[in-house]
Amino acid sequence: MTRAARIRATTAREWETLGALTARSCSWLVNILHTRGNRTEPRRSRSGREWWRRYTPPYLPVGLLRAVAYAVLLLSVAASVAPALLTRSSYQQQYREDINVAPCARFPLGTDDLGRDRLTRLVYGARTSLLLACAAALLSTAIATLVGGAAGWIGGGLEKAVLWGTDLFISLPWLFLLLTVRALLPLDVSPGSSLAITFLLLGLLGWASPARVVRARVRSLVASDFVLQARACGSSGVRLFVRQVVPNMKPVLLAQFFVSLPLFVLSEANLGVLGLGVAEPLPSLGSLLRELQEYSMLNSRPWAILPAVVLTCVVASLHLVVSRSEVQP
Amino acid sequence: MKLVLPALVCQAMFLPGVSAQGSGELRFCLRSDPKTFDPQLVEEEPSETIRYLTGGVLIRLNRSTQKLEPALASSWQVSEKGRRIDFKLRPNLEFSDGSPLTADDVAWTMRRVFDAALHSPVGDGFRSGPGDVETRVTAPDALTIRFPAPVSALALQFDQMAIECRRAPKGQAPVAGPFAVAEYKPGNYVLLRRNEHYWKHGADGRALPYAATIRLDIQQNRDVEALWFRRGQIHWIGKLDPELYDLLGRESPASVHDAGPSLDWVQLWFNQTPSAPIVPARKAWFASSAFRRAISFAINREDICRVVYHGHAQAAAGPVSPSNKLWFNAALKPDPHSPGHALDLLAGDGFRKRGDTLFDRAGTAVEFSIVTNSGNRLHERMLTMIQQDLAVLGIRVRIATLDFPSLIERITRSFDYDACLLPIIAGIDPSDQMNVWLSSGAQHEWYARQPKPATPWEAEVDRLMRAQASAIDEETRKAAWDRVQQIVHDQVPCIFLVNPDAMCAVSPKLRNAAPALLWPRVFWNADQLAVSP
Repeated sequence: MTRAARIRATTAREWETLGALTARSCSWLVNILHTRGNRTEPRRSRSGREWWRRYTPPYLPVGLLRAVAYAVLLLSVAASVAPALLTRSSYQQQYREDINVAPCARFPLGTDDLGRDRLTRLVYGARTSLLLACAAALLSTAIATLVGGAAGWIGGGLEKAVLWGTDLFISLPWLFLLLTVRALLPLDVSPGSSLAITFLLLGLLGWASPARVVRARVRSLVASDFVLQARACGSSGVRLFVRQVVPNMKPVLLAQFFVSLPLFVLSEANLGVLGLGVAEPLPSLGSLLRELQEYSMLNSRPWAILPAVVLTCVVASLHLVVSRSEVQP
Repeated sequence: MKLVLPALVCQAMFLPGVSAQGSGELRFCLRSDPKTFDPQLVEEEPSETIRYLTGGVLIRLNRSTQKLEPALASSWQVSEKGRRIDFKLRPNLEFSDGSPLTADDVAWTMRRVFDAALHSPVGDGFRSGPGDVETRVTAPDALTIRFPAPVSALALQFDQMAIECRRAPKGQAPVAGPFAVAEYKPGNYVLLRRNEHYWKHGADGRALPYAATIRLDIQQNRDVEALWFRRGQIHWIGKLDPELYDLLGRESPASVHDAGPSLDWVQLWFNQTPSAPIVPARKAWFASSAFRRAISFAINREDICRVVYHGHAQAAAGPVSPSNKLWFNAALKPDPHSPGHALDLLAGDGFRKRGDTLFDRAGTAVEFSIVTNSGNRLHERMLTMIQQDLAVLGIRVRIATLDFPSLIERITRSFDYDACLLPIIAGIDPSDQMNVWLSSGAQHEWYARQPKPATPWEAEVDRLMRAQASAIDEETRKAAWDRVQQIVHDQVPCIFLVNPDAMCAVSPKLRNAAPALLWPRVFWNADQLAVSP
C-alpha cells in the first residue's frame, strides 16, 4: 500500500467513526438519517444489532430522504434570500381582529396572539436565526479550532494553560456578564443590531467546550500512524499540521458546528428573557420558540410547535447533505 | 387495618392544631420565601401575606366593602385635624400564647414602629412632619396617640400595623391574628396554625378561624402553581393572567373570578429629567404636552384590552381605577383612539409627516425607544401594539427589555432612557400616591426629586396633594384629588393605558370565599375560610 493510499484509508476510517459520533451528537433524527444513509450502524450491543437487522427494512429510501433534505435546504435558502417570495404579508402587520386564528386559506399557519401571520414570521424568523446562528457557530468553531488546535499541536505548557483557561471560561457565571452587557448597551438599538450583538456574544462565548474536543482530537492525530509516517517522510511544522491534521479534524469541527446551531438558536430564546434577544417586531426562531413556554400553548394551538419542527428539519437536512459528501468513502 | 382507625382517632384528638373548632388545611402558593417575619419590617408580598394572616391589627379595612372595621379596637376617634387618634380596645384580648393584650402592648408597638433605628416601612406611613409621636395609655384598654402633624387617612394606616407582645422573648413572638407561624422550611413551605386565642367569632357563634392550618407552598413557577390548582393540591391562585384565566375558565367556569378593573394601572411615561443623557431633540419632544397628548390619542387602548388582556382590562383615564368608588373622578374619560387628531396636535406643535416618517421643526426624524421589564409577555405585547400604532403617525419606536434591577437603575439613577412602560400598584387612598404626584417624590416618574416644581401645574398638584393629605373631611379631600386627576389628565405627564382586571382562581371546595378587588383578594377573610370535605 502506498503512503497516500494508507493515509486515505486511515482518514476514511477516522471519518467513518467520527461521522457516527457526529450523528449521535446532533439529535435522534439526525442519528437515524446518518446511520441509514451511510450504512454505518451506531455502536450497540449484540442484541441491539440483531434487533436492528431484524426489524429495519433491508432497503431504505435514503435517496428520497436526501431529496427531502435538499428540498428543505432549498426552501431555507429561498426564505433567507427572498422571504417575500414565500409570504404575502409583512411579519409585523397585526390583524387585530384575527388573533390566534387556526390555520386557514388566508393564514396557512394561523396567526399569533397579536394577529400576525405565523407563516410570514416563521419564514423571516428562520432567515434571521439560521443565518446568524450559522455565523455564530462558525465564529465559535473557528476560535475553538485556533485555541484547541494550537494547544493540542504544541502541547506542553501551552496545552496546560489552554485547559486551565477553558475550565475557567466554562465555570464563569456568564449570566451575570450578559446581564451587565445588556445593562451597558444603549437602549436605542435597531432590531437588526440587537440580533447581531446577540449572536456575536453567543459566538464569542461558545468556543470553550469545542476547544477541549478539538484539542483532544489533535492530540490523538498527533500520535497516529499516518502523522508518524508523514513525519518520517520529512513533513513537519505548519505544513504537516495543515496537510495532515487539519483535514482529519473536519468531522469533529462539523460535529461542533452542527451541535452549536440549535444550541445558539435556543440560547437566543433564553437571552430574550434577559432582554438580550431579538427586539420586536423582528422575529427569530428563538422568539417564536419562546411562545412554547406558555402554559396552554400546545393544547389550544398545536401548530405553534412548527418553529421547533422547522429547526429540527433544517439542522437534520443540513447534516445529512453535508455528512454524505464528507463521509462517503 | 385494625390499628388504623384508632390511630387516626388518636391523631385527630391529640395532634396540636386540630381542634374541635378548626379543621382542614387551606393551601396556596407564595411566589418566594418571606424575607422577614417581623411585621414592622415587611416590604414585599410574601412577608406581607404572613403579616396579614398572623398579625392582629386595631382597625381592618374590609376588602369587600372598602370600609374600615373595628378589629382589636372596638372603637376609635380621629381628632385635631388628623393629629390625634383615641382607641378603645375590646375586652379580654389575648395573644396566641394566652397572655393578655392590653393598651401597653399597643403603646410598645407604636414606640417600636417609630424607633428611628428600626427603619420600619410601617412607620413611614405615619410620618407627616418632624417631631415625636406621643403615645399615652389612659386605661388598660384605652390609649391616645398624638402625631406632630396631621396624618392623612390616619385610621387606614393602622390596617398595616400588627400589634406585638411587649413581654415576648426574642424569637418567640406571639401574635394576635387568626393564625400563628408553626413551621417554616426555607424554599419549601410555611405552615400556619390556628390561633386558639383569636378574639373573633363567626356569624354562627363559633370561634374563628375555621381552618386548622394554612400551608403556603413556596413556588415561583406559575405553570406549576396552575397545575397544582387543577389537581386540587392548592385551593386558590391569587393572581391570574388572562390566558390562564381563560384556560381554567374553560375547564371549570365556577373556579375563576374576575372582580373587575383592579386599582393598578399600566402607564407609559417619557423621561423629562433635565440631566438625562438623552438626545436634546427628544427632550424637547418629551417636554411638549401636545406631543405627549398626541401619543396618547394614537394608542388604541381598546385594542390593547381586547388583544393583550382578552377583554379582562379597561382603558384607563387617570390614576384612580373606576373600581375605587370613593375616589374615582367620573368626569374623566380615556383618550379615544384617533390618529387623525394626534396628527393635528403634532402639526400644531411644529411636527410634519413626510412619507412614512414624522419630522420635528428642525427636520429631525421622530424616533425613540420604550423600555420595559423583560420576561413580561403582556408588557411586550402592549409595546408591540403601541409600536404599530405610532408607526401610523410616522414615529419609529424601538422596544427594549431589561431585567428588573437594570431597569430600575435606568429609571431612578442614570435616567438613561427615553420612555418606559410599567405597571403601577396603587392603594385605595390618594395618600398612597403622595410619592408619585409630589414633584419632590422619588416615584414622580417622569422627573423625580425635583428641587422645586418644574412647571406651574406641578406646583399646583403639589399644593392640592398636601391639601388633601391634611384635610379631614372627605369632601375637601375628594375635591382636591379630583382636581389633581384632572390636571394630570390634561397635562399627560404619563399616559394611562389600562386597568387590568383583578382575576383569581378559587377551588369550589373552598367555603366562604368572596374574592375582592383589593389585595389579598381571596384570603382577605382568611379566618372564615374553610375547606369542604
